Amino acid sequence: MLERGEVANSWRHERWDSLRLLTPNWQSRLPGHRYDGPDPDGYMTMGEVIEFIEHFAAVSRSPVRTGTNVTSVRRTDDGYRVTTSHGEIGCRAVAIASGACNQPTVPQFTDAVPASVVQLTPFDYNGPAQLPDGAVLVVGASATGVQLAAELKASGRPVTLSVGEHVRLPRTYRGRDVLWWMDAAGVWDQRHDEVDDLTRARRLPSPQLIGSPERSTLDLNALAAMGVELVGRWAAVRDGRALFSGGLRNVFSLADLKMRRLLDTFDDWARAHGCEAEVDPPERFSSTHVPESARWQIDLRSGEIRAIVWATGFRPDYRWLDVPVVDAKGRLRHEGGVVDSPGLYALGLPVLRRRKSTFIYGVEDDAREVIDHLAGYLAARR
Amino acid sequence: MTTIDNGVNVQALLDAREVLKGAPEAAQFTWRASSRWQNGVHSTTTIQNFFGLGQEQSHKRETVFTADHPEVFAAEDNGITPIEYLLVGLASCLTAGVASVAQNRGIQLRSVESTVEGDHDIRGILGADSDVRNGFNDIKVTFTIDADASQEDIEALVAQSQKRSAVFDALTNPTNVTVEVA
Repeated sequence: MLERGEVANSWRHERWDSLRLLTPNWQSRLPGHRYDGPDPDGYMTMGEVIEFIEHFAAVSRSPVRTGTNVTSVRRTDDGYRVTTSHGEIGCRAVAIASGACNQPTVPQFTDAVPASVVQLTPFDYNGPAQLPDGAVLVVGASATGVQLAAELKASGRPVTLSVGEHVRLPRTYRGRDVLWWMDAAGVWDQRHDEVDDLTRARRLPSPQLIGSPERSTLDLNALAAMGVELVGRWAAVRDGRALFSGGLRNVFSLADLKMRRLLDTFDDWARAHGCEAEVDPPERFSSTHVPESARWQIDLRSGEIRAIVWATGFRPDYRWLDVPVVDAKGRLRHEGGVVDSPGLYALGLPVLRRRKSTFIYGVEDDAREVIDHLAGYLAARR
Repeated sequence: MTTIDNGVNVQALLDAREVLKGAPEAAQFTWRASSRWQNGVHSTTTIQNFFGLGQEQSHKRETVFTADHPEVFAAEDNGITPIEYLLVGLASCLTAGVASVAQNRGIQLRSVESTVEGDHDIRGILGADSDVRNGFNDIKVTFTIDADASQEDIEALVAQSQKRSAVFDALTNPTNVTVEVA
């Protein structure tokens, strides 16, 4: 098991300070290792996640070679040649578990932003103190964007949030964590070969959730109530002006409708499984409030916006993978983690085999099936 | 199960989507219009040919659009104003989207009507106030749909139609426009 840095490296070095897991503690489990603290409904801080994973590495006696960066994987006659910062390794099979979020993605027009405006990605961002005083434009309203917008607003800065298509979720529903419902109603277990549109499911943005001790909902209504200004999807920069889409109302409608449909499926599930008595009565949340008039442009040269935080997603980095299995959009070509090259496997990618594939507790079922395939592959070529 | 028919060949569209996934060059279309000044602010614009699927294409027949200004603008009102053509484009694009999405989702439509209103402060085009823009300030589309579906499903149809609309995108997002003298 090769690790470029330390165990839990990305949790140590690629997360902002205040981040907590989106999944409740009781859902944080790995084979033979689960949360057993006093707050099963809470959300782990980064320090706790690091400790959790370190502990699992120790109890599972994982043969981790830390500080071993892979710089190349090449196909050979009988397997693969892996070049690392500590020499070469020949092997018959390789499982790629380097994740889907190795690099922040930003739009092309970042170059057109005036140099007077500070630009950060979530990988650069640790906390509000890093930013200049004054207004911040946060771009992207998925989990990262809504969390950073709230944190920056709480630090006293005026915040504008540019909102494209997003996934709205309440933190709790009928008294239970929304992720309890996803788990109970079988949404997370939905398999890759059952999903209607797998490409879309794999590209689905992270939901507007935050793991906070208050278990509070952080949707756009909550942000607007805090005083965060909402604008449309950032479409272009023209003459130093950021131009936002006028289609804000529709991205609200799409997200509201999808959330209501999901809550309906939870209610159906509760009825069908006779759980009505164990949970609170059904709830319906008000539609996302459309601002009286959303701005569709901001002059970035005016000095109003001092900093931009790009919360526009992440992508995997396969520059070290010298096997032709990456498509034109930079995604690994695989079928349920079985990569399009004999003996090459993947784990921990969005909806790899199930909707839960990217969760700490979600990888277990995938790993079992992928490793079965791998073992079969090795046995057949013995 | 009864077959629903809104008159949209969804299968052809889904097939085209699959084919064009692997052939992005064939997906490049150029739409064209030719315009001629008549007199005053009256002009006629004809449309017949376009380019797509790798070759020149043609509508079955040529269509001529007449544009003018109304009498309150001291013009002859030979046709609708150019900015009203944007409303025509938006309404027809969203309506086509509703029909297509409904067909794809198995929803039988009985009637789809919409009204489109574009709020326009004409001090912009008159140069009366430099803070006022030339174009629309707000556009509002109101659909009235009779279909075999719940209110929520109908709202979802309209939302999805906007999500996939060429004209909605062209109006809500900036587009590079080059105007030259030949």
